[in-house]
Amino acid sequence: MTDREQPAIRVAGLGKTYRLGAFGDRPSTAAAAAVQWIRSTGRAKYTLFDALDDISFDVPKGEALGIVGRNGAGKSTLLKLLTRVTAPTRGRIELNGRVGSLLEVGTGFHPELTGKENIYLNGAILGMTRKEIQRRYDEIVAFSGIEKFLATPVKRYSSGMYVRLAFSVAAHLETEILAIDEVLAVGDAEFQRRSLAKMRDAAKHGRTVLYVSHQLQTVQALCSSAILLDRGKLVYSGTVDGTLEAYRNSFESFALAQSNPKNRPGTGAVRLSSVSMDDEFLKSSDDIVVNFEAPKAKNLIGSYFVSAHINNDQGTIVAQCDSRLVGKWFDPSEPQKGRLVIRDLWLKPGQYTVDVYACQAGVLDAWEGAWRFEVLPDLPYPEFTEPSATQNGIVFTNFDYEGAAQ
Amino acid sequence: MTHDPQRTVITPPGRLNMPAWGEVWAAREVAVRLAQRDIIVRYRQTIFGITWVILQPLVTAGIFTIVFGQIAGLSTGDTPTFVFTLAGMLAWNLFNGSLGRASSSLVGNQSLVQKVFFPRLLVPLSSLAGVVLDFAIGLVLAIVLMIVFGINPGWPVLLLPVWVVLILMIGMGVGLAAAAYMVKYRDVGYVLPWLVQVLMYGSPVAYSLSEVPESLRWIFDINPVTWFLETFRWSLLGTAAPPAWQVVALVVAAPVIFLLGAIVFQKNEREFADYI
Repeated sequence: MTDREQPAIRVAGLGKTYRLGAFGDRPSTAAAAAVQWIRSTGRAKYTLFDALDDISFDVPKGEALGIVGRNGAGKSTLLKLLTRVTAPTRGRIELNGRVGSLLEVGTGFHPELTGKENIYLNGAILGMTRKEIQRRYDEIVAFSGIEKFLATPVKRYSSGMYVRLAFSVAAHLETEILAIDEVLAVGDAEFQRRSLAKMRDAAKHGRTVLYVSHQLQTVQALCSSAILLDRGKLVYSGTVDGTLEAYRNSFESFALAQSNPKNRPGTGAVRLSSVSMDDEFLKSSDDIVVNFEAPKAKNLIGSYFVSAHINNDQGTIVAQCDSRLVGKWFDPSEPQKGRLVIRDLWLKPGQYTVDVYACQAGVLDAWEGAWRFEVLPDLPYPEFTEPSATQNGIVFTNFDYEGAAQ
Repeated sequence: MTHDPQRTVITPPGRLNMPAWGEVWAAREVAVRLAQRDIIVRYRQTIFGITWVILQPLVTAGIFTIVFGQIAGLSTGDTPTFVFTLAGMLAWNLFNGSLGRASSSLVGNQSLVQKVFFPRLLVPLSSLAGVVLDFAIGLVLAIVLMIVFGINPGWPVLLLPVWVVLILMIGMGVGLAAAAYMVKYRDVGYVLPWLVQVLMYGSPVAYSLSEVPESLRWIFDINPVTWFLETFRWSLLGTAAPPAWQVVALVVAAPVIFLLGAIVFQKNEREFADYI
């Protein structure tokens, strides 16, 4: 065994190119499809899209590597390549050790099978041998805490029980390399804490962990190094803090790219032309007012709705404001000028971003990073006290204490 | 792609990939569990459970006996029509079942194919379990009926397992290729059952070859389904042996069809997750 010095994972010049249909709209009638088919014969029927390009990095043994990036940066594609779910188009990956993956909790669970049957099925699918499953069976059951329901088909489980059982199987994988995709965001707080501890354990015992997440705080809690992906390219690799710093700084270039509708996801039947706020600075107790405009959309039938997200600098969505909830729909046959007013949301001081989506049955326009604002560090409360009074929680709130001596 | 337990190198797929048999064998537990799942799920929450497996071939053979034997009046030689048809159905269902289940297995396990890695070949292979179970139960029925009717097949019966494996190879070979293409083109799923049905009516499942007019006889002679039906019935029921060249052709063709199917499957394997 000479692999003491060898990295657990070595990735060199890795690239993945997908073929996309060349025609934006699918023909809606058989005749149109036939015409399109005849016209397209002999021509390239697709365009190419580089989901990942020229990625190279090494992961030493026992490292917990966080993979950070925005939606569509290629994080999940990278994980799929590393776990061999899909094949690369270019480049090379060397893996020293077996790879276990937790891409989605409960993959391969069958609703008709009992808890016990599913443990064996899921274990096998995740790459455990029969002996390994048998050896760890009791541990898996104990960790999931559903001993009483092992003979019940999982379709009768509550969603919490289902997730706990699924995670327990996956958490007991004994592979040298473990790839995890956002699975910690499941279950109740207590279960999340135990899961996180389990993951940290894995890294401590010399296993190599790959962790993909939007949740920057879990990356911080779990990982010893990190890489940042941006639109399929590796833009930073190094310490967790350095990566998170680079991630925050990358907002400017990301926002600039997103302001061009061509770079945005969605069908494009409607494209927002502007999103703005009156000021880039707010106080906690101020109303948050977002203005947006959309031009007339000729090809869209029926009205559409708008949904806005307010995200903090950790990537957590603090609030979602969906116009359907207040019965507001927009008519595409007229240019629209809309205004979102958020009252009673007291944000903590820090950087925030606004994503705005226009949707109908599907997403028409997804404008992430449409605006950025900063909440100034003055407290919305009447009294001034030490920092420990405000350090917990992700938002402030408008509260009062009442009571008198009895 | 090279593979040993400790070290894996992943490179872009080449033009032609042979199945990594070692890797398939190492992950056989997946096939075992998937097969177990298929069989358990099939009869859970049914009142009659396993009875359905017995009922299905009996009812089909009964219908065929009435349609081909009574109404159309086609002869089945010296063997009672019902037993003759049941034996034909057994062999046919081995082929049809393995082909049908293998071809739809990947699309049926879409979420697995998209999310986790294991040798994909295990998915269609595991789908064989249900087919073999149905066959085993049908065979017991056939044996009971043979005792009732006093049919003694003689020594050729010892070759029966060989024919079973060869029939499965043909069905699986075609099924593997179909499964690989169904990932990209669901049309395969619509065309295949129809083609198979045409093939069934064009094969001597429920009537004897002697009933086929001379002018059409050559179509039946070059049909591999005829080869295995005749060979199977010769072994099981002691009917007339097929020409030697058909038996040889069956022995040669079955592994070749299986291997070609496996190669077509493997050629596309690494793209499955992108297209499914």
